[in-house]
Amino acid sequence: MNKIKTIIRKEWAEVFRNRMVIFTVAFLPLLMTAIPLGILYSTRGTASASGLNTQLPAEMTKSMCPGGLTGSDCFQVFMVSEFMMLFMLIPVAIPVTIAAYSIVGEKTTRSLEPLLATPITTFELLAGKCLAAVIPAALATYAGFAIFAGGAAMIVHNRLLISALLDARWLIAIFIVGPLLALMAVSFALMVSSRVNDPRVAEQISMVIIVPVLAGFFGQVAGVFVLDRQIIAIVAVVMLLLDVLMVYLATRIFNREQILTRWK
Amino acid sequence: MIHTEELTKNFDGVLAVDQLSLDVKEGEVFGFLGPNGAGKTTTVRMLTSLIGPSSGTASVAGFVLGNQDKEIRKTVGVLTETPGMYDNLSAEYNLRIFAELYEVRDAAGQVDKYLKLLGLYDRRMDPAGTFSKGMKQKLAIARALLHEPRILFLDEPTAGLDPEASHLVREFIADLKKEGRTIFLCTHNLDEADRLCDRVGVFKTRLLVVDTPARLRTSVFGRKVVFHLREASAGLVKVVQKLPFVSEVKAVENKLLINLDDPETRNPDVVRALVGAGADIQFVGELRHSLEEVYLQLVKNN
Repeated sequence: MNKIKTIIRKEWAEVFRNRMVIFTVAFLPLLMTAIPLGILYSTRGTASASGLNTQLPAEMTKSMCPGGLTGSDCFQVFMVSEFMMLFMLIPVAIPVTIAAYSIVGEKTTRSLEPLLATPITTFELLAGKCLAAVIPAALATYAGFAIFAGGAAMIVHNRLLISALLDARWLIAIFIVGPLLALMAVSFALMVSSRVNDPRVAEQISMVIIVPVLAGFFGQVAGVFVLDRQIIAIVAVVMLLLDVLMVYLATRIFNREQILTRWK
Repeated sequence: MIHTEELTKNFDGVLAVDQLSLDVKEGEVFGFLGPNGAGKTTTVRMLTSLIGPSSGTASVAGFVLGNQDKEIRKTVGVLTETPGMYDNLSAEYNLRIFAELYEVRDAAGQVDKYLKLLGLYDRRMDPAGTFSKGMKQKLAIARALLHEPRILFLDEPTAGLDPEASHLVREFIADLKKEGRTIFLCTHNLDEADRLCDRVGVFKTRLLVVDTPARLRTSVFGRKVVFHLREASAGLVKVVQKLPFVSEVKAVENKLLINLDDPETRNPDVVRALVGAGADIQFVGELRHSLEEVYLQLVKNN
């Protein structure tokens, strides 16, 4: 456990000197928080949406327009929900950026060989590197959500509307799916890193992992599905299984000998 | 301390190390000499359990390669071919990380000790990336020593260093030798090997020969004594040739180069014969071939 902590501290000390990483970790949550807050602020008292609570399809009303909300409130919940999906980009983009620099960076500085020559196990090394990427991503996601919750409370004074905005499905998404997404992104970045030599290339390829999140966003916007609690719970279970598979594959690919002899 | 039996490494059909059988004794500085691409680094990587052998067996400090890899890594210190520092981090923090990974008890104390020993203490808070090549190499040596390993693997420790830095590194290795550590020194700096090593092994995918530098010289070139004379005439060459223990005599300018198996015993007889023949001997010395000449001859023969 101590060696994992050492790796995490080392990664943070190194990675957070990189401006690109700092920019991603700081800017992305702020941007993703500003968008739904901006929507919330600009859609206050939208008169044209007053009948929305009676016009929406039943499944949408159930998840986005609980009893007691006006049509205007429902419109705000609907609009914010559309963009809350983008919030899930945070736990994907941040760890990919960190992992791309922390892992491929070892290649470019040739520092992996001395590291592997220590009595550290592959599990400890990978766990350290994964956690070093996942923890800031999860914390940034939580911090972003906390800012959103605080901002929403300042903009909206209707308790019912706030509880609809901070619905359980978003809490599950942020607090459970978020870290799982981050772990998947890091595992994928690990796999990519073992095959490429440039941190920028690793980052670009690893960013493919945001495609499912964007698909979720556009799917919801296009009305293909409505993300309710049940779907989010299913997504969480699927993500957990996928994570197990991805971590297994990443560990298999992260073969000490192959890395030392192939990483040039 | 290090024992290998027919240790072999194949990379997708390319033979890097071929049936290496070797014994390195405790407290010995063993020079592993070979040209670039000879398989020296691959051998070090196998012996430090970084990569596995394709066949053969080895033990390091009594631990069996393949079965006790973690114990091997705890016991040995490795100076890799390139220092591989975290350039953005301070010299002190670079060492601190490794002290923790090696589970060194007094990590801070050990870090300070080696920073001072290698003359880097005053620059300890500077990023390693600002260091010169020589300083980085010294930092890498400090890193390899933090856990006080009994065996040190040094892969080209003075490669690319200026003469002053090379000298400092060599002096430090000599000090480590005095401490009784076993040192496996990969190098193609033959002067360095000559100065530091108790024995050397010449390696080019397979081990060509192992011996002390002195015995290698003798086995490859024999022993030659140089007699500096006022004048080296053909008559004097004939006088020496008649001596039964002399295998070869050559006159070069005013010198006679004489092959002798046992100069310590035979030199007085040669001196007497030359003086008897009227030669004016100015001085006598042994012709010492450099290890480089020995090495080149061995590699050429193989």
